[in-house]
Amino acid sequence: MLEVRNIFKTYEGRLLLNDISFTVAEGETICLLGASGSGKSTLLRIIAGLEVPDSGLISFNGLDLTTTPPHLRDFGLVFQDYALFPHLNVNDNVAFGLKMRRVGQDEIVQRVATSLELVSLTGFGTRKVTDLSGGEQQRVALARALAIRPRLLMFDEPLGALDRTLREDLLNELRMILHRTKIPAIYVTHDQEEAFTIADQVLILHEGRIIREGTPADVWMQPESAIVAGFLGLGNLLDGEVIAQNEFQTENGVFTVKCAHTHSRGDKVHLLARPLPAGDEANFVSGAVADVIFQQDRFKVTLENGLYIYLREAPEVGQKISVPVKVECLA
Amino acid sequence: METGKQVHKRLGRRISLSTCIPVYLSTCSLLWLLPLTFLAIFFFLPLSRILVLTFDTSAFDPDNFRIAGSALRFTFYQAFLSTLLTLLLGLPSAFLFARYDFRGKSFLRAFTAIPFMLPTVVVAAGFSALLGPRGLTHTLFPLSSFQFIGTLPAILIAHVFYNTTIIIRIVGTALSSLDPKLEHAARSLGADTFHVWKNVILPLLRPAIFAATLLVFLFDFTSFGVILLLGGSKFSTIEVEIYLQAVRQLNLPVAALLAIIQLICTLVFSILYTRMTSRSVTQLAPRSTLIRPKTFRQKLFVTVLCFLLYAFFLLPLSSLPIRSLFRLEADRGQRGEVQYGFTTDYYTELFVNRRGSVFYVPPIQAAFNSLGYAGATVVLSLLLGYPAAIALAKPTRLEKILDPLIMLPLGSSAVMLGLGFIITYGKWLTSPWLVPFAHTLVALPFVIRTLQPTIASIPQRLRQAASSLGASPFEVWKQIDFPILRRATLAAGTFAFTISLGEFGATLLIARPEYPTIPVAIERFLSQPGGLNYGQSMAMATILMLLAIIGMLAIEKFRLPNTGEF
Repeated sequence: MLEVRNIFKTYEGRLLLNDISFTVAEGETICLLGASGSGKSTLLRIIAGLEVPDSGLISFNGLDLTTTPPHLRDFGLVFQDYALFPHLNVNDNVAFGLKMRRVGQDEIVQRVATSLELVSLTGFGTRKVTDLSGGEQQRVALARALAIRPRLLMFDEPLGALDRTLREDLLNELRMILHRTKIPAIYVTHDQEEAFTIADQVLILHEGRIIREGTPADVWMQPESAIVAGFLGLGNLLDGEVIAQNEFQTENGVFTVKCAHTHSRGDKVHLLARPLPAGDEANFVSGAVADVIFQQDRFKVTLENGLYIYLREAPEVGQKISVPVKVECLA
Repeated sequence: METGKQVHKRLGRRISLSTCIPVYLSTCSLLWLLPLTFLAIFFFLPLSRILVLTFDTSAFDPDNFRIAGSALRFTFYQAFLSTLLTLLLGLPSAFLFARYDFRGKSFLRAFTAIPFMLPTVVVAAGFSALLGPRGLTHTLFPLSSFQFIGTLPAILIAHVFYNTTIIIRIVGTALSSLDPKLEHAARSLGADTFHVWKNVILPLLRPAIFAATLLVFLFDFTSFGVILLLGGSKFSTIEVEIYLQAVRQLNLPVAALLAIIQLICTLVFSILYTRMTSRSVTQLAPRSTLIRPKTFRQKLFVTVLCFLLYAFFLLPLSSLPIRSLFRLEADRGQRGEVQYGFTTDYYTELFVNRRGSVFYVPPIQAAFNSLGYAGATVVLSLLLGYPAAIALAKPTRLEKILDPLIMLPLGSSAVMLGLGFIITYGKWLTSPWLVPFAHTLVALPFVIRTLQPTIASIPQRLRQAASSLGASPFEVWKQIDFPILRRATLAAGTFAFTISLGEFGATLLIARPEYPTIPVAIERFLSQPGGLNYGQSMAMATILMLLAIIGMLAIEKFRLPNTGEF
């Protein structure tokens, strides 16, 4: 299906995208996850055809699309701020792409109705888009992109402007629609929860490079780098120094970690101490409790040395605790 | 220790302080009876006298209707053609400024805006200096026999020169504030460039284009100085005909009839314009989408249009000062032989009181008169404009009704104001004091429209915060309102000053010959024979142009950024 190969892009002398390659298979949802400025939106705009890469290749089903103008790509695009046409009503917005394709009037009516039904907006057709709520507007934008039966759907932080509960509802709906329609999709976000909910594959972008890719579970279990672990907030990051085979000296004591990498004495490594108590571990996070925050089913306990840990029962502030945790080596 | 009662009392005082801010504003709004009284005396009374004159005399003579009919036809005809030509230049220029980034862009944009603020006499003098019988083109190419002054193209081109900036501002602003994502969405849905324009951009721009077109039409419709000075005796619009009938034929009833027709027309256009602007779609999230021209076609477009705009706007404006410093005329007895040379004679002559000259005083006296009138206009229009602007910034229901009343002089023509003064206050015409009142009428709407958005932009919360911190209503005004309004006041004052300096229509009707203003003096110099008179008109017009440009720069400097101006 979609293949992105060796994309480079500079803007005003700054390297925005540095050798980006990945593929999207049929029915697959790829999530581009990264902080703002990581280049994810630029990459999306290049795939959409709104920008041209300095070098590299975009192809679909083996056909080179790199220089094809956006209106001939058949890729649906959904923006964070919806970009609905304010002078057209809901029906006309959804029908826009079909009219551009000179689809017959009867089919337009039928396909608009199907699309609106898919996003649960049946009966909204004659409403003004400016009178709709944010969530409804985003549904219209989705219906508009779906109506053209795109070969690929692209989402640029589509839920960023919505509040939390609405975001969760829409995200689940979107997941169902993508599963049902089997349209391959690229979803850009900076929100890891969104990414892990919707993605089959997650690509983490950092300063224009893909630094980790894999299924959500893979990425979560094996972040492989301190940047990824830090960005995803997987736990405490510790700077360590190799003092013996599988022995690491840190500011917070010595940790024993079974490590797949080969290290020599004196090497600097990053360690990740997961913040969940694990009964049979040899490593401990210890210190005096500085702060306890209630978080629904658990307490986030911050120690005076800056480390944190999630506990089921709240300790007293000032109390000295020592909790066994899993520690991983990030190389 | 405070007792509960004391606390209550203290809090009560606080509460009454914060709620008294609207009270403080509304006591001010009683003050705006002042501008209303002024308008009643100097606008509505003269207007009613014009109306009465139309109805109770021989105004309904078939001859009068014939005059009115032909003037009305020509007014529409030239306004229609002028608007069309203005759109032809304005729309591509609006696109140029909204979409492209190129060197010298902000300079060129400022440059295209200059004519709009220039007095009509300066523009007329500028075109005369470039293309007139004594102008640069004719004296440099003596064999050319084309006529410019006194033709329809002269009128049309001057109108385009004036009003292109309106299209650039209104349509350009609308275009650059369109969310580029709409275009991207359309493209991703399969629209090519043609369809993006046809189905998305143009429909969204339509209100702005209509509004700009109407405004240009309105200005062309009420144009006076350009037509009188560049059109010559052959062309008369309603506006010119009012002047001719009132001052040359002394036929006040016909002038009154014409004035009423003019007023009705401008009112209709103004109402349409207001409807249009209130309906326009406002787009949020404007983001800069400026591109540097890359492809050959883009480069060609930008280069050609820039060149055209520079030539069109630079030539008349630069011809004026050049012509005022160069002697370009045939000596007596040596017809055809042109004497060239740098000279400051035209300026020094302004200080000489010659017998048999156009005036009874040294011509430079006109400049002093103008400055005096302008100063008086600034004081008057600020005194009257402040209370009105405060009331209009947060209008009650009653004040909302009064808003169009205060803005009505904006829709009525200067010549009509002058005619009203002649009819109503004819016996005081010997006094030079009528002129600043007329100028204040013209300037007041601009002053109010400059002050009002700034006053409205001060969040009520700022005042509430200040008063909750213990500031009395006066202190609130002193600490919050005044510092913010200082710049707007300077801008409004400069507006009044510049308008008064350049006012032509009303002044021409009511100014006493012994108290000429600069524009009146220029008109008289231009209409007299002789190279010296012509040169002096150029010198005067150059002085006025410089004063107007200085005023414009001052307004731009003081004005609150991003406030509308039309």
